[in-house]
Amino acid sequence: MEHEPLVEPIPWKTGQPGAVPALDGVRSLPLPPVAAAPASVASPASVAAPAAAPASVASPASVASPAAAAAAPAAAPPKKKTSKLPGSGIPPRRIAVVLKWARRVSQAGFFALFMYFLFQTGFRGSFAARADTPVRLPLPVEGFLLADPFVAAMTVLSTHTVYRGLLWSLGLLALTMLVGRVFCGWICPFGTLHHFFGWLLPSRHGRGASRVEANRTHTYQRAKYYLLYAFLVAGVAGSAIGGLFDPICIAVRSIGLGVIPGVQYLSHRGLGAAQDVPVRAVQGAADHTQDWLAQTVWQSKQFYFHQTWFIVFLLVAVLFANRFIPRFWCRVLCPLGAFLGVFSRFALFGMTKDHAKCTDCNLCLVHCQGADSPQGGVKWRQDECHMCMNCENACPEDVIKFTFLPNRRSTVVSPDTERRTALAAVGAGAMFLPVARVADSLDVNYHPKVIRPPGAVEERAFLERCIRCAECMKVCPNNALHPAFFEAGIEGLWTPILIARVGYCEYSCVLCGQVCPTGAIQKITEREKMGLGQPAIKIGTAFYDHGRCLPWSMQTPCIVCEEFCPTSPKAIWVEEVDAEVRDSKPGPDGAPPAYKQVHLQRPHVDPSLCVGCGACEKVCPVQDQPAVYVTSVGETRSKTNVILLENTNYNQKS
Amino acid sequence: MRTPTGSAPPKAHEPATAADVERPSRREALVRLGSMAGVLGVAAAAARVAWDKGGFDVVQSSGARQVRDYRVKERDAEHAELAIARAAAKEAGDDSPGATATPEQLVRRAVDAMGGMGRFVSRGDVVVVKPNIGWDRMPVHAANTNPEVVAGVIKLAYEAGAKRVVVADGSCNDPNRCFQRSGIWRAAYQLGADVVLPQEHRFRTMRLKGDVLDEWPIFTTLVDADKVINVPVAKHHNLAKFTAAMKNWYGVLGGRRNRLHQNIDTSIADLATFMRPSLVVMDAWRVLMRNGPQGGNIDDARDMHTVVATVDQVAADSFGCTLIGQKAENLPYLAMGEQRGLGTTRWKNLRVKEV
Repeated sequence: MEHEPLVEPIPWKTGQPGAVPALDGVRSLPLPPVAAAPASVASPASVAAPAAAPASVASPASVASPAAAAAAPAAAPPKKKTSKLPGSGIPPRRIAVVLKWARRVSQAGFFALFMYFLFQTGFRGSFAARADTPVRLPLPVEGFLLADPFVAAMTVLSTHTVYRGLLWSLGLLALTMLVGRVFCGWICPFGTLHHFFGWLLPSRHGRGASRVEANRTHTYQRAKYYLLYAFLVAGVAGSAIGGLFDPICIAVRSIGLGVIPGVQYLSHRGLGAAQDVPVRAVQGAADHTQDWLAQTVWQSKQFYFHQTWFIVFLLVAVLFANRFIPRFWCRVLCPLGAFLGVFSRFALFGMTKDHAKCTDCNLCLVHCQGADSPQGGVKWRQDECHMCMNCENACPEDVIKFTFLPNRRSTVVSPDTERRTALAAVGAGAMFLPVARVADSLDVNYHPKVIRPPGAVEERAFLERCIRCAECMKVCPNNALHPAFFEAGIEGLWTPILIARVGYCEYSCVLCGQVCPTGAIQKITEREKMGLGQPAIKIGTAFYDHGRCLPWSMQTPCIVCEEFCPTSPKAIWVEEVDAEVRDSKPGPDGAPPAYKQVHLQRPHVDPSLCVGCGACEKVCPVQDQPAVYVTSVGETRSKTNVILLENTNYNQKS
Repeated sequence: MRTPTGSAPPKAHEPATAADVERPSRREALVRLGSMAGVLGVAAAAARVAWDKGGFDVVQSSGARQVRDYRVKERDAEHAELAIARAAAKEAGDDSPGATATPEQLVRRAVDAMGGMGRFVSRGDVVVVKPNIGWDRMPVHAANTNPEVVAGVIKLAYEAGAKRVVVADGSCNDPNRCFQRSGIWRAAYQLGADVVLPQEHRFRTMRLKGDVLDEWPIFTTLVDADKVINVPVAKHHNLAKFTAAMKNWYGVLGGRRNRLHQNIDTSIADLATFMRPSLVVMDAWRVLMRNGPQGGNIDDARDMHTVVATVDQVAADSFGCTLIGQKAENLPYLAMGEQRGLGTTRWKNLRVKEV
């Protein structure tokens, strides 16, 4: 494929009359004769009254004398100049103004909805529920992920099925094919965040001419398409690693696991100090504020997440990049934006430009979000455009118009990627899985601390589905689920693992499966999990470290583990023993210390009853390194990671 | 900061040397010296004030044990000291399910035998009701206090003129789940009581000065009250053998309670010394006979259809343990409680009324 220059020459500055119709020589042009005979396009009507037919292609005459084009609107009836726009000061169409404000309301509304769903991703109990009401979240808090067609496409390629609610993503695909990438400009909460920071962060270097330069279409914007191709091919190979880069996943992961707990920590310090002020009104206000925050924004206790600093660091870095390249994330990296960009070629709604009227004022570029070449003289890049409507609102010369079924004479609809680089990206995507798996993380040396949530499918199928959206970690009531760092290998980065020392798996809780959008954790019921009338779902097995256990090695009564063991009958049983314990003080005159008899209960694990919930590990009083701990062996989902003979399947390699 | 342009110009009749040009004026030099001395002086003064002499600042517990005493002083000889309300046995041939009385009726009978709730709750009181909401179990498992017993106590407290009734406990499992699935949240909310979950900011570190419990985070909601009613459930406990009223005060503790099991008897006695409730209403409607304190199997619990009211936590537990076939002398924490003057293990010596 021959690579065409991204920014095409501006014909009327070449000083060659008749060069303007060259703009019509578009690849996708439906009427070849137009390109062949440019003179036929220039109609006399457009020469006489350009304002009457703004969408028509400009004639050489009007290009040759820009003053005439500028004079035409001045002759129009409305004499009052209400707009503050420079240049000819033609105000934008009312519909464009309405759409711009509709977009702003939509962005604020969807961002608020996203945050509300995130706040509601956690069980807070209800005074209205009966004792036997199943515990479920009342809202579809994973809704944004269900509507994400990139997630759907990736998991369709890896599992060949569309999991339940992911069917909703067809709606977003349909919307894109109707009106282009409106998701990026109007809906995406992460995009809104970047829109906001792109407006907030530019220094004086990021204004004026340098901002115009930054907002021109650049070749680095191709990177997101290469990432998309690599992730989709990795999906075909069997890994949903692309979830690392999905914007909704990033937003849930970084805000849910980092920003919200961080703000909670800070406010707990601040309001905790206010509680100590010896003024009753201040104490009451601090108390009530914390009550309200705990019931609406976060949970009643502080949550901690494994190595979450790195997730937050990446968020801050990508937000800070807006200082140099506005909407860096959306333009350069976002694979969901790229996915929608590929499909925006089918969009029925789009831009037309009247190049002849453009005075090169670059106001459209100052406000452009997608860096999609809205200015005159070059072709609009439909696959890059976020449909934010800023350019039409900014244009003082009546150049830009968004309409349904526009002519595509000056539009580029498909991504401008290089074939060799795209092939390289495909190759990289295909190679990811072998590279990750040969690095011994899964097949031959499975990490004992990779304890997956209850209802998780077998590890290979799990990695085909898990998009690292962190919904399960956010919803876990006991703060038990954490983003893995490299415990599960490079491929398992930020997949959920249970760290029982921080929190244990609540016996009757199935919320992680409820919010999982891709079925990496299946939607199990309480009966299935607890094993009422069927085998219980095990996520691991507990083991005792006799050298650290109080009754085993220090002749001290304890058995908190047995008390917390939730199964019935209990998987931890105690052996009643009478043991001798040495007195700490020596006897009189240096005699050896006395011994006394103590009655002890020494705990044991029954591996056929243990479900691996980790309650014993959580509550073990040996603080730093517990005397009872859970490892993944014996998990129900695996036929190879087993202890007991009855669970073994000899047809699979270990 | 002054710049060199502020220095005095060199005199006209002599050539300006480089040193003359660069030297600040006397005035500026004095200002600079003064500001340096000022900042250093303030820093030195601040450092002196905030000087840390080192050491670990450990305060040994001394003095008497801390007590939160909500007991009602006046006693009337006609009132019971231990009231046992049992649902009457069914007549022969009546094999309909359910009992002959509701848990609420039993609560009312037992408290009436104690002289009525008006003896314990005055008009305008803030009353804290402390049930056992420790576990994610349903009422049928009998690991938490029966919600109808709690409802009965709340009703009586409101009838006696309480301004506010607060229901709270520090759960072992996820509190949201425990409060909902125990049925207590719904029951208390319907009666207009405030239900307070154990949120982190409601805990304050206090010095209990007990034998093993020295400094611990305390659930302040449970102690900020005019009257406190202990509403435990009688159940088996694998380590302590049987627990009810005295052990119920584990719910006021935050922090890492798991350490207390190494000396569970003394810590139970310490807590019962710290918290002296106005009234104890012990739920034995359904009693967990084994696999306590959590249970989980319906077959582990047995219907007893009994509610006990008393002002003596030791006597409540001494009577309660007989329900699961235990003896008071097998429970060391009862002997400790008796020794500390919290009550008596010989509950039969009290004025007992069976209603």
